Amino acid sequence: MTIAPEKTQLSTDTQIQLRIGDEWLAVCPLSRLTPGRGVAALLPDGRQAGLFLDRDGVPYAIDNRDPFTGAQVLARGLIGTAAGRPFVASPLLKQRFDLETGRCLDDETVSVTAYEVRLH
Amino acid sequence: MAAMSTPAITPTIVVVGHGMVGQRFLEALADRGVTDRARVVVLCEEPRPAYDRVRLTSYFSGNTPEDLSMVEAGFMEKHGIELHLGDPAESVDTAARTVTARSGLTLSYDTLVLATGSYPFVPPVPGKDAEGCFVYRTIEDLLAIEEYAKTARVGAVVGGGLLGLEAAGALKGLGLETHIVEFAPRLMPVQVDEGGGAALLRTIENMGLTVHTGVGTQEVTAGENGAVNGMALSDGSVLPTDLVVFSAGVRPRDQLARDAGLAVGERGGIVVDEQCRTSDPAVFAIGECALASDGRVYGLVAPGYEMAETAAAALEGEVSSFTGADTSTKLKLLGVDVASFGDAHGAADGCLDVVYSDSRAGVYKKLVIDPEGTLLGGILVGDAEAYGTLRAFTGSVPPVSPEQLVLPAGSGAPVALGPAALPDDAVVCSCHNVTKGTIRGAVTEHSCTTVPEVKKCTKAGTGCGSCVKVLGQLVNAELEAAGVEVDKGLCGCFAQTRQELYEIVRVLRITSYQELLDGHGREAARGTNGCEVCKPTVGSIIASLAPTIGASGYVLEGEQAALQDTNDHFLANLQKNGSYSIVPRIPGGEITPEKLIVIGEVARDFGLYTKITGGQRIDLFGARVDQLPQIWGRLVDAGFESGHAYGKALRTVKSCVGQTWCRYGVQDSVRMAIDLELRYRGLRSPHKLKSAVSGCQRECAEAQSKDFGVIATANGWNLYVGGNGGATPRHADLLAQDLSDAELVRLIDRFLMFYIRTADRLERTSTWLERIEGGLDHVRDVVVHDSLGICSELESLMADHVAGYRDEWAETLNDPERLLRFVSFVNAPDVPDPTVKFVPERDQVKPDLPLLSIRPLDEALEGTAAR
Ligand code: SRM
Ligand SMILES: Cc1cc2nc3c(=O)[nH]c(=O)nc-3n(C[C@H](O)[C@H](O)[C@H](O)COP(=O)(O)OP(=O)(O)OC[C@H]3O[C@@H](n4cnc5c(N)ncnc54)[C@H](O)[C@@H]3O)c2cc1C
Ligand code: SF4
Ligand code: FES
Repeated sequence: MTIAPEKTQLSTDTQIQLRIGDEWLAVCPLSRLTPGRGVAALLPDGRQAGLFLDRDGVPYAIDNRDPFTGAQVLARGLIGTAAGRPFVASPLLKQRFDLETGRCLDDETVSVTAYEVRLH
Repeated sequence: MAAMSTPAITPTIVVVGHGMVGQRFLEALADRGVTDRARVVVLCEEPRPAYDRVRLTSYFSGNTPEDLSMVEAGFMEKHGIELHLGDPAESVDTAARTVTARSGLTLSYDTLVLATGSYPFVPPVPGKDAEGCFVYRTIEDLLAIEEYAKTARVGAVVGGGLLGLEAAGALKGLGLETHIVEFAPRLMPVQVDEGGGAALLRTIENMGLTVHTGVGTQEVTAGENGAVNGMALSDGSVLPTDLVVFSAGVRPRDQLARDAGLAVGERGGIVVDEQCRTSDPAVFAIGECALASDGRVYGLVAPGYEMAETAAAALEGEVSSFTGADTSTKLKLLGVDVASFGDAHGAADGCLDVVYSDSRAGVYKKLVIDPEGTLLGGILVGDAEAYGTLRAFTGSVPPVSPEQLVLPAGSGAPVALGPAALPDDAVVCSCHNVTKGTIRGAVTEHSCTTVPEVKKCTKAGTGCGSCVKVLGQLVNAELEAAGVEVDKGLCGCFAQTRQELYEIVRVLRITSYQELLDGHGREAARGTNGCEVCKPTVGSIIASLAPTIGASGYVLEGEQAALQDTNDHFLANLQKNGSYSIVPRIPGGEITPEKLIVIGEVARDFGLYTKITGGQRIDLFGARVDQLPQIWGRLVDAGFESGHAYGKALRTVKSCVGQTWCRYGVQDSVRMAIDLELRYRGLRSPHKLKSAVSGCQRECAEAQSKDFGVIATANGWNLYVGGNGGATPRHADLLAQDLSDAELVRLIDRFLMFYIRTADRLERTSTWLERIEGGLDHVRDVVVHDSLGICSELESLMADHVAGYRDEWAETLNDPERLLRFVSFVNAPDVPDPTVKFVPERDQVKPDLPLLSIRPLDEALEGTAAR
C-alpha cells in the first residue's frame, strides 16, 4: 500500500516513514531520495528495506534482499513502469519486482515483502 | 533405402574432384533424390572436403578452413555418399567404364563426372621451382605461404590479374613489402580497360604496394641455400625478393580426360555439349575443367554451378542446357571495389561509352550502351555501389539517363536507382541465378522475413556475396509492401530505434529523459517511469552528446543519476554479494613502480582481493559501497582516475612494449596507446569500446580483436575496426593503411562518433559493422571519403568530448551532496552492511555468499547484469 502525497504539502523536513507492525518508523528526510532510484534502510530487527521514489514523488518500500542471489541490493536497481505497475529491476540478474506488492514480475512463484510507507 | 528394394540395378555415379562445382553437383543429385537410387562415390584429391575457394583469402583475415567448408555437417552420411579424401583418380578406362585411384581403388561406373577444376599456370622461367616459390589455389598453398612468410621480408606476385592482386593483398597483410609484376600494360587486363586500370593502380600504389607493369619475369634467382633471393625482369632490372607467388592465370585440368582419349580443346578444356556430356556419353565434365559448347572455359564459379545443375538434370532426363554464362564479377581487392559486367570492353558494334573518372579519389566508372540506350555492360573501379542494380538492368533500357548512373552521390542530382525499379525476371544473384521474382516469392509465399531466411530459402547471396545488399533492400521493400510491420522500437516505451533517439536528442537538444519520454515515447508510456532498458540507453545518449547539447557531462548530475545502471550509478562494478570492484585507469598499461605500490597499499589497507584483469590492468574486488569514496580518495591523490570498467564506454587501450624496447617494433606503440586512451576516456557509447596498439605485425597487443585496433607499419599505422573477443569473436577489418599520427586520430574520431550515432543499444562495433547497410564499405565511404559530408561534424563532436572530459571519481569526491549516497544505509550512515562478508582463499578473500532459498530459474538472464 502506498499513500500518494499532495505535492504542495511537501516541505524540506518531510520524512519518509515505514510501517513496522503498528509503528511508523521514520527513515530519512525525503530530500535524500532521487526520483527514479532507491536507498537502503536498516530496520530495527536487522532486516533491510529498499525505499524508492517514482518520478511523481510517490514513495515505495520493499525488502532489500534479492531472492535470486541472496544479496541485499534491490535498493540499487532501476525503477520503471510495466503494464501500469511500478517496479524495480534487480541490479544483479534483472528480475523485476512490483513496488506495491513485492511480487516478482518475471517469476510468479517469487515475491518479497512490501512495506507500507508514508510521508510525514 | 531405395537401394534395398532394387538391389540389382543400383547404378554407380563416380565424381572425380570435390571442389566447389563437384559439391554443387552432389547437392543437385541429392535435391533430385538421385542419391537414394544410386551409389555415389567421390574421389577427392585434396585432404579436405570441398571448401569455398572464392573466399580463400579470407583465411588470412581469420576464417579457418572449417569456416570455409562448403559441406553441411552430416551431408555425406545423410545421402549415403562415399567420399575418399586425399585419393585422386589416376586413370579412366572408358571402354571398361572403370576409374582407378592412386590408392589402387578401382571403381566401375555407369556415369562418370569430371569436376577437376584448374591448376595455376606457372610460366616456364628458370628457377620457378626454387624454395620460396608458390601458387595460390588451395588451403594448403596458403598454409605454406603463411609459414614461409614468417622468415621473409619481401614478396613478389607474378601476375596482376584478379587472383594476383588478391595474393598481393595477402602478402601485404602478412607484413611483407609487396611487389606485383604484370606483363600487360595495366592491372587486371581482362576485367578492366585502360582508365579502370589507371584508377586501380593509383589506389593500390597509395596502399604501399609496388606495381611493375609492362614487364615480364625472366628468371627466378636463388641463393646458395636454394631459396629464392630475387627475380630478373625483362627490362633488365633485378627485383630482390624472398618469396614469389605465381598467379599468371589458370589452365583446365584435363590430363585425365586426355589420357582416357576424350576430346579436349586446342587450348585445353574437356569438350562438352550443351548437356555437359563429353565425347563419351557416359562421361560428363563440369566446372573449370570443361570447354563449354560456346567454345569457352569459364574461370568463375557461377557458370560452374550452372553446369552442375545441367549435368544433374541431364542424368534425370530433364530438359536443361548450358550454352554460356554471364562473366560479371564484383570483387574487393585490397579494399578496392572492382566490378565488371556484361560487355565490359564495348565489343558490340556501334556501342557508346559513358565514362566518369576521378583520379584523385581513385574512382572510375564506365557504362557501355547501344545507340537505343540499352545497357550492355560496364566497369566500376573504386565505387561499385551500383553494381547489383546495374548488372540486373543489363540488356534493358534503364529508367534514368546513363550519366546519372555514374555520377557519384552528392554531385549534381544523385539517383539512387533502387532495386524496386527492377523487373521480376532480372537476375539479382548471378552466382545462383536467382531472379528478383524468386526473392519476392520467398517473402510473400514462403513467409521469410529476414535476409538470412531468404538466403536459406533461395540460395541467393550465398555465393560471392556481392548481391546481399540488393537482397536486403528487396526483402525490406517486400515486407513493407505486404504491410508487415516489424517493431524496431527500442523497448516498450519507445517506438524509435536507438539511432533515431540519438538524432532526436542531438537535433532537438533534449537533455532530459522525462522530456524525451513524455514528448516522443509511445502513447502508453508517456508520463510513466519508463523502464530499465531505455533509461540507461537514453542516459548514455545524453552523456555521449553532453557537451554538444549543453547537458552536464557528469553522469550523476540531477536526473541523469536516476538513469544509470547500478554500476554507473556507483562508478564501480557490482559483484555477486553486493560488494563492488574498482578498476583504476592505467593508460596503455604503462605504470610506474610508485603507482603500483599505491595500488598494493590501498588493496592491503582495505582488504581487497587483487587481480590482473584480461584487459591489462588491475581490479580491486570486495569494497562496500561506503568504502568506495575513501578508496577513490587514496587512488585519486596518487594520480589515478576512473577506468570506467563499469561503463558502456572506453575500457582499455592495450599496448605492446613496441619500438622503444622490442627488437621488432617499428613505432612507439605505448605512446600511441596512452594518447588514444587519454583521448577517448570517458566516452559513453552504445556498448563498451576496447582498443589496442601493436608495435609491429606480430601483434602482441591483439589489436585485431578490438573495436578499433592499431598496428604499426614502417610508414605509420594501420587501423583495424570491428574486432571482438567475447562470445562471438570477430577479426577486425582493415579500414585504412599507413596513416600518420594525426590521420589515425582523425579517422578514429570519425569512426567512433559514427558508430555512436548509428549503432543499436548494446551493439558492439563488430555486430554493428555486420548489420549496417553496406557494411565496411559504407563505413569507409562515410568516415574516409566523407560520402555523407558529416565528417567535420563527427570530428567536432569528438573535440567537444575531449575538451569536456572530467574524472568522475574526482568530481564525486568534490561533491558532498553526492557523497551522501555512498552509505550502506540511509538511516545509519556509519553502519557497514553486515551481510557483505568474506572468507579467506589463497591468501586473499572471496565473498561469503548467503545461502539461497531460491535459485535463479532463468539461466538466460545470467550475465545480463552489465549488458
Ligand atoms: C574483470 C574482467 C575479468 C578479469 O578478471 O580479467 C571482466 C569482467 C567482466 N566482464 Fe569481461 N572482463 C574482463 C575482460 C574481458 C575481455 C578481455 C579483454 O578486454 O581483452 C573480454 C573479451 C574481449 C572483448 O570484449 O571483445 C571480455 C568480454 C566480456 C563480454 C563479452 C562481450 C562481447 O562482445 O561478446 C561481457 C558481456 C557483455 O559485455 O555483454 C563481459 C562482461 C563482464 C562483466 C561486466 C560481467 C558481469 O556481468 O558482471 C564482468 C564485470 C567486471 C567487474 O565486475 O569488474 N566481458 N571481458 C576483465 C576486465 C578488463 C578490464 O581491465 O577492464
Ligand atoms: C583465390 C581465388 C579467388 C577466386 N575468386 C573468385 C571469385 O571472386 N568469383 C568467382 O566466380 N570465382 C572465383 N575463383 C574461381 C573459383 O574458385 C573457381 O571457379 C571454382 O572453384 C571452380 O570450381 P571447380 O569445382 O570447377 O574447381 P575446383 O574448385 O578447383 O575443384 C576441383 C577439385 O578437383 C580436384 N582434382 C583435380 N584432379 C583430380 C583428380 N584426378 N582426382 C580427384 N580430384 C581431383 C582438385 O584437387 C580440386 O579440389 C577464385 C579462385 C581462387 C583460387
Ligand atoms: S607486437 Fe611487435 S613490437 Fe610489439 S612486442 Fe610484439 S613483436 Fe614487439
Ligand atoms: S551474386 Fe554471388 S552470391 Fe549472389
